[in-house]
Amino acid sequence: MIKPHGGKLINRVLEGAAKEAAIERGKSLPKISIGQDTLTDLENIAQGVFSPLEGFMNQADFRSVVDHMRLANGLAWTIPITLDVSRKMADQLKPGSEVALMDPAGDMAAILYLEDKYTFDREEMARQVFKTTDDKHPGVKKVYEMGDVLLGGRIDLVKEQPDPYARYNLSPQETRTLFKEKGWDTVVAFQTRNPVHRAHEYLQKCALEVVDGLLLHPLVGGTKSDDIPTDIRIKCYEVIVKNYYHPQRTVFSVMPVNMRYAGPREAIFHALLRKNYGCTHFIVGRDHAGVGNYYGTYDAHYIFREFEPQELAITPFFFEHAFYCRQCGGMASSKTCPHNSAEHVFLSGTKVREMLSRGEIPPKEFTRQEVAEVLIEGLRQRQQQ
Amino acid sequence: MNSGDNKDKVTIKIPRRLYEEVKTLIADTGFSSATEFIVYVLRDIVAGGKLQKQESVDSEEMELIRKRLRALGYIK
Repeated sequence: MIKPHGGKLINRVLEGAAKEAAIERGKSLPKISIGQDTLTDLENIAQGVFSPLEGFMNQADFRSVVDHMRLANGLAWTIPITLDVSRKMADQLKPGSEVALMDPAGDMAAILYLEDKYTFDREEMARQVFKTTDDKHPGVKKVYEMGDVLLGGRIDLVKEQPDPYARYNLSPQETRTLFKEKGWDTVVAFQTRNPVHRAHEYLQKCALEVVDGLLLHPLVGGTKSDDIPTDIRIKCYEVIVKNYYHPQRTVFSVMPVNMRYAGPREAIFHALLRKNYGCTHFIVGRDHAGVGNYYGTYDAHYIFREFEPQELAITPFFFEHAFYCRQCGGMASSKTCPHNSAEHVFLSGTKVREMLSRGEIPPKEFTRQEVAEVLIEGLRQRQQQ
Repeated sequence: MNSGDNKDKVTIKIPRRLYEEVKTLIADTGFSSATEFIVYVLRDIVAGGKLQKQESVDSEEMELIRKRLRALGYIK
């Protein structure tokens, strides 16, 4: 079984007497209310999804990740995982002390062992991580909305949040156990925040031809408001897996991680997280984790060259633009099809959304009819609400 | 680390940034090179005879995981 990133799967979920003691101690600690995005990061740290992180980044790790795409110890890591607060709040906190992190319901979610507090340059962070300082970029916008001070330190989770997708949410330890039970030595993960259309299905099945199993692993954390809602996407995944995927070779599970839309850097991040889930291979398509026109089509491929293979230790499968070609009579890609693009069935996201909102089923060469039906019904219900 | 021509030695690759940090770390310490320092550190660790085993999930926890996977239909 492939080792987690950094060699050890982190578990910072307190149980039993330790949990009770922490909750009791938390009653007299300074309290910080955290929002949904931070809460999601907190749970991912605790559950080992973000291994080797044991808490929110201290200044050394933050600076190193922003500047060098590596933690201060040299381990590859491309996305800052931070806890931001106002300057006023930070002034009340002392490094070396404990802080209670409160969830939106007003309950203590975790204890933070405050290691350091530090200021940061928002524009510099945006430029390095997102390659733009444009506040129209959804990730940059969030950076500009952050508090002035970042708090670093390990955490212990004491309250797990209700999970609407619990039925499909397997922790890294659980997927690792599952792959072992199935006897899979090699597993390819497919990341998506969209419904799976024929092109995505093609990439996954090409990859599956050379490994033991496929983990269809859509992201169900925070996404943009104009992305397809998660509950509708889940139904799309259910119907396509049921009708078109080999049950002995496919696992459908979800990853509760927030989208950053950091393009290339997020591709590395997503690959490292899948290593923690026990995957040996990771599919990187065109414009992975991109948004708008901020990144080049294949920037998410090129960034892998900036790391030695052993630094990541998960093998990327790079795929080019895929489509159905009428001349080939099947799915193909710009790497394999010699025909003119006029023969290719490809629809833009905007075009597909327009068709679906009119109740029109896109061509069967573009999407499975079952998926289209779920999308049309889901979007119709949304419009009525 | 460069092994030179000595057949009793092997080349080990480490991240360049770590190498640069080691060079900075050993400045004015008596170590004449990053290689000398790294060999010193590794000899010290190896002399200990063993490393701490990775913490693994115990059998009780593993059974709980299998139970959940069965309940969710992932395994039979």
